[in-house]
Amino acid sequence: MAATGLFMLLFLIAHMLGNLKIFFGREEFDSYAHWLRTIGSPVLHNAWFLWISRFVLLACVVLHAVSAYQLSRRDLKARPAKYAHRLRPTASYATNTMRFGGIILGLFIIYHILDLTALVANPNGVEGAAYDNVVADFSHWYIALVYIVAMLALCLHISHGFWSAARTLGAVSSATKATAYKTTAIVLGVVITLGFISVPIAVLSGLVD
Amino acid sequence: MSETYGYTVGTDLVDKAAPDGPIDTRWSRRKFEAKLVNPANRRKHTVIVVGTGLAGGAAGATLAEQGYRVVQFCYQDSPRRAHSIAAQGGINAAKNYRNDGDSVRRLFYDTVKGGDFRARESNVHRLAEVSVQIIDQCVAQGVPFAREYSGLLDTRSFGGVQVQRTFYARGQTGQQLLLGAYQALSRQIDAGNIEMHARTEMLDLIVIDGRARGIIARDLVTGEVSTYMADAVVLATGGYGNVFYLSTNAKNSNASAIWRAHKRGAYLANPCYTQIHPTCIPRSGDYQSKLTLMSESLRNDGRIWVPKQTGDTRSPDQIPEDERDYYLERIYPSFGNLVPRDIASRAAKYVCDEGRGVGPGGLGVYLDFADAIKRLGEDKVAEKYGNLFEMYERITGENPYKVPMRIYPAIHYTMGGLWVDYDLQSNVPGLFVIGEANFSDHGANRLGASALMQGLADGYFVLPPMLGNYLASTKLAPVDSSAPEATEAYEQSTEKLAKLLASNGDRTPDSFHRELGELIWDNCGMARTDEGLKKALSRLAELREEFWTRVKVPGTGAELNQSLEKANRIADFIEFGELLCLDALHRAESCGGHFREESQTPDGEALRDDENFAYAAAWEFTGIGSPPVLHKEHLQFDEVHLAQRSYA
Amino acid sequence: MKLTLRIWRQSGPEAKGTLVDYQLDDVSPDMSFLEMLDVLNEKLILDGEIPVTFDHDCREGICGACGMVINGAPHGPQTLTTTCQLHMRTFSDGDVIVIEPWRSAAFPVVKDLMVDRSAFDRIIQSGGYVSVATGSAPEAHSQLVPKPDADLAFENAECIGCGACVAACPNGSSMLFVSAKVSHLNVLPQGQPERETRVLGMVEQMDAEGFGGCTNTGECTNACPKGIPQESIARLNREYLRASLTRRR
Ligand SMILES: Cc1cc2nc3c(=O)[nH]c(=O)nc-3n(C[C@H](O)[C@H](O)[C@H](O)COP(=O)(O)OP(=O)(O)OC[C@H]3O[C@@H](n4cnc5c(N)ncnc54)[C@H](O)[C@@H]3O)c2cc1C
Ligand code: HEM
Ligand code: HEM
Ligand code: SF4
Ligand code: F3S
Ligand code: FES
Repeated sequence: MAATGLFMLLFLIAHMLGNLKIFFGREEFDSYAHWLRTIGSPVLHNAWFLWISRFVLLACVVLHAVSAYQLSRRDLKARPAKYAHRLRPTASYATNTMRFGGIILGLFIIYHILDLTALVANPNGVEGAAYDNVVADFSHWYIALVYIVAMLALCLHISHGFWSAARTLGAVSSATKATAYKTTAIVLGVVITLGFISVPIAVLSGLVD
Repeated sequence: MSETYGYTVGTDLVDKAAPDGPIDTRWSRRKFEAKLVNPANRRKHTVIVVGTGLAGGAAGATLAEQGYRVVQFCYQDSPRRAHSIAAQGGINAAKNYRNDGDSVRRLFYDTVKGGDFRARESNVHRLAEVSVQIIDQCVAQGVPFAREYSGLLDTRSFGGVQVQRTFYARGQTGQQLLLGAYQALSRQIDAGNIEMHARTEMLDLIVIDGRARGIIARDLVTGEVSTYMADAVVLATGGYGNVFYLSTNAKNSNASAIWRAHKRGAYLANPCYTQIHPTCIPRSGDYQSKLTLMSESLRNDGRIWVPKQTGDTRSPDQIPEDERDYYLERIYPSFGNLVPRDIASRAAKYVCDEGRGVGPGGLGVYLDFADAIKRLGEDKVAEKYGNLFEMYERITGENPYKVPMRIYPAIHYTMGGLWVDYDLQSNVPGLFVIGEANFSDHGANRLGASALMQGLADGYFVLPPMLGNYLASTKLAPVDSSAPEATEAYEQSTEKLAKLLASNGDRTPDSFHRELGELIWDNCGMARTDEGLKKALSRLAELREEFWTRVKVPGTGAELNQSLEKANRIADFIEFGELLCLDALHRAESCGGHFREESQTPDGEALRDDENFAYAAAWEFTGIGSPPVLHKEHLQFDEVHLAQRSYA
Repeated sequence: MKLTLRIWRQSGPEAKGTLVDYQLDDVSPDMSFLEMLDVLNEKLILDGEIPVTFDHDCREGICGACGMVINGAPHGPQTLTTTCQLHMRTFSDGDVIVIEPWRSAAFPVVKDLMVDRSAFDRIIQSGGYVSVATGSAPEAHSQLVPKPDADLAFENAECIGCGACVAACPNGSSMLFVSAKVSHLNVLPQGQPERETRVLGMVEQMDAEGFGGCTNTGECTNACPKGIPQESIARLNREYLRASLTRRR
């Protein structure tokens, strides 16, 4: 869980930074999309790198989801009889919504790939015209809304996920470090989310078109 | 003496196992002379250990390591929860790490003297010798004793002793030591060397051909009563402080195991030696179920007082300085608030008897930190006693930084127990008794931090070689649970349970326990008189009868039934209470924790009568309501000279 | 105070349980929670009913025997406090108090509020010790322990094995309990030789007992009467990963 989660997190940081290129105009963004397909060449064949990373990412998502499922099943089995009086939660909202948020993210990823990678769900859907595809998306308020909601779910998922993964990997050894990790997790969650959300907002507000 | 509290005097008792010669060579000689069981043969011996406290836990683990087949019992759901877990202060050992003049001899000397010359010198010396090994053993197990920045073990002084020989783990030394023993026990359970029966209570001892050969025990979950046979039985079942109902002992601590063994022939020695702790949180109402101890260290800075006037109901801050009676400072000017436990306790009782007590029921005195806070500042006081203050506030809801604490004495430890010889074997061969359950090492008064030491000494180091000696030197006939003595014990146990369930009276078991406790506390508590004890004895005989006709125990015996467990223990406590009072009545001297008002010095100190009472009183059971037989084991003091204490 | 107690009654492990309401009219704020239940039980006995079964012994907050979920909070609303140390002054007149046993597949109900926590014992039996036979110990001062290590070990050794962590964890995980014992022994020099086998053995047993997995929600620490910190769980994970990699078994 932790390893796949962290790997996806790394991807998202890169992905977010890449997305921000949209503010530098169509050419830059499209050439970035193109560049993605040529990384590694000439050592690797055209788009191999992209396919390798796609494969790894897919594996991560699937592994992550499968272990999330297994873990959840085990956890539910460990508490077969529920409390009549709901357990009084003291943990944060982010912590208590990991499963729910994960499911939202899973559904989002499927939709997102259909939308911007496979292009079947995209209003524009022109191969190679990444910039236009994105702009086309977010010109529809409901698509932008779907993205924004997903990004908020992501924020919560990361703000617990990063800190949780750090503990799972045994990294937190003292109370002061714990606070440091917790802060990092929240900052990461917020920064990544803001980074992503800036794109639909920019399109909606006409900053990018 | 009249019928109800009579006794007869039997033959004197001699400890045949006791070695002689120079005192510091006796233990090594005894060990050398002990017969050994060949390691290959140990597996063939089954040993029952009842109890998993410091004594039982240490014994079970050690015997199993050595290769014996151990079958062990405790009534809690886990061996880790034995009452030993509650000990706070620390454990003594003559390590002399402080280089402050401590030695085995000094620990020996302090213990004999502290016990008011009613313990055996040989036993006490052995205890002091072994104390050193205990610390090594516990440290190796990972017991997290307090350390200094150098990485060395820290020690502190305790209980008015002049050397710093007490090792501690913050305020929970008992828990840490017990976890060490529990872990060692767990290792042996995992290795298959111990068959552990938790939530199982011993009901009776099986004696065949005069030897202890097994026990009857009830599975507290299913209610099933079973017979367990063995080559030897070790009782490590703790003290009987709960005969007073309110005590600092764990709620379910009981005297049943030793009392049933007593009824099967084992002598019970010195039951009247009970210890009272002066700084407990007083009871707040009739529903009070137990008392909580607070460290005695509070007396270093707190001042104890009550109003001068009787029946003064003003709140403490309304009582002006000159209307307060700092009675300990007044009566004992040189020691003041730091007089020994028993003196501080009795003084509190007297002022409360005069009607000057404070708090609910007038059973409490103030322990006031106002002066200390003024002198040292609140921070300093918080640093020293912060956790105790918090505990006090959690229980009473009062803030001791603002309002004086209320304290009252409570029963804390019992020095008496089953009689054992130097080998820790009772007069019933094959029955060994260790820890607080025996009477051995503390005489009439136990020093602070010495109970943990004794429990672990018995369990880890003294019992195992002596038990081996018994098994190696005894030819035991094979027996099984169909032996007539075993079936008889089984039937008696089940009949007794059935009788409790059938009584269907109009009083709860607890109501009897409360009445019993009050009766014994009033008449056989801090101060005892001939008259009071006789009164208690005649009422106890009635209470015993009443119990069997009026007790009400709901449910059945074939299930988990906590009322039945309780009633069964209380029945034993009532019978035991009679012997306790009889012993106190017969011992017409004061010594250690046993204070007879008739026998005191002009300044109120306990006055011993060495001429007539320098013996351990071992009682033989002859039947319920029939006069027991007193066997005297005369004590000799060659190393430490008999002397009277004085604190005025 | 007048209180309504809604208590889980279950006559045996296989029986079906249910919540039953009881009224208590005369509760003193100075009573401890268990004393309040004692009063109820006395009343039930005299009324010819079966009293409520619950585990308890020391009533001082140290043996770890007591424990029930009170209004959704293991050991009740007060932090760092066991059920036996909780006093009725934390409640108000007219309150309805829901009292349930620890709920976990690994802690089956024995009767009413009493559960079977022997899983904890079996976890300790699988490695929660230092193997040192009686009499074979070296002189205590032959091995120095830096004070910070000793304090850290102590902080973790404070665990009383009550099981509140399992009761509080939304996943029914026993990580906090296991991490406390592993931390206690693995940070001490005495615990080094068995460092790997200990953590591997205990975690294996923990999984076999049917406890849930930890997702670092931290409810356990908040319910723990001894304040065992969540960092101990991180340490357990670290010890486990380390041991899995070196695997000296
Ligand atoms: C609050 C408090 C603080 C103390 N502080 C200190 C201190 O600082 N230093 C010190 O030296 N001493 C202290 N003492 C005293 C010391 O804790 C005890 O004397 C000692 O722990 C007794 O140990 P034990 O092994 O003999 O018995 P226990 O620990 O009482 O164990 C008894 C065992 O026997 C079992 N048992 C009993 N009856 C039966 C039965 N019928 N069937 C099956 N099993 C049974 C129980 O389950 C338990 O496992 C303190 C005592 C109290 C109450
Ligand atoms: C397929 C969609 C996803 C699902 C179903 C999902 C579900 C889960 C679940 C159930 C958990 C563990 C539960 C918990 O800690 O409370 C979890 C943890 C985690 N997730 Fe996700 N998640 C998904 C996507 C993601 C993504 C895209 C990321 C990348 C940022 C991510 C990062 C993490 C991290 C870092 C953890 C912590 C792992 C640990 O504690 O060991 N997850 N996820
Ligand atoms: C506003 C936010 C986002 C925008 C504008 C955006 C945009 C894009 C675009 C344009 C692509 C196609 C790249 C290409 O193939 O050329 C893409 C691919 C992808 N995005 Fe996003 N994305 C956003 C958020 C996210 C989030 C939150 C996730 C994960 C949870 C995500 C996961 C992916 C994945 C897995 C791919 C497929 C990469 C591949 O082709 O292998 N994206 N995204
Ligand atoms: S970790 Fe805390 S809650 Fe869990 S068993 Fe130990 S003391 Fe109880
Ligand atoms: S509550 Fe449960 S999820 Fe982990 S941090 Fe504690 S064990
Ligand atoms: S009864 Fe011992 S901790 Fe509560």
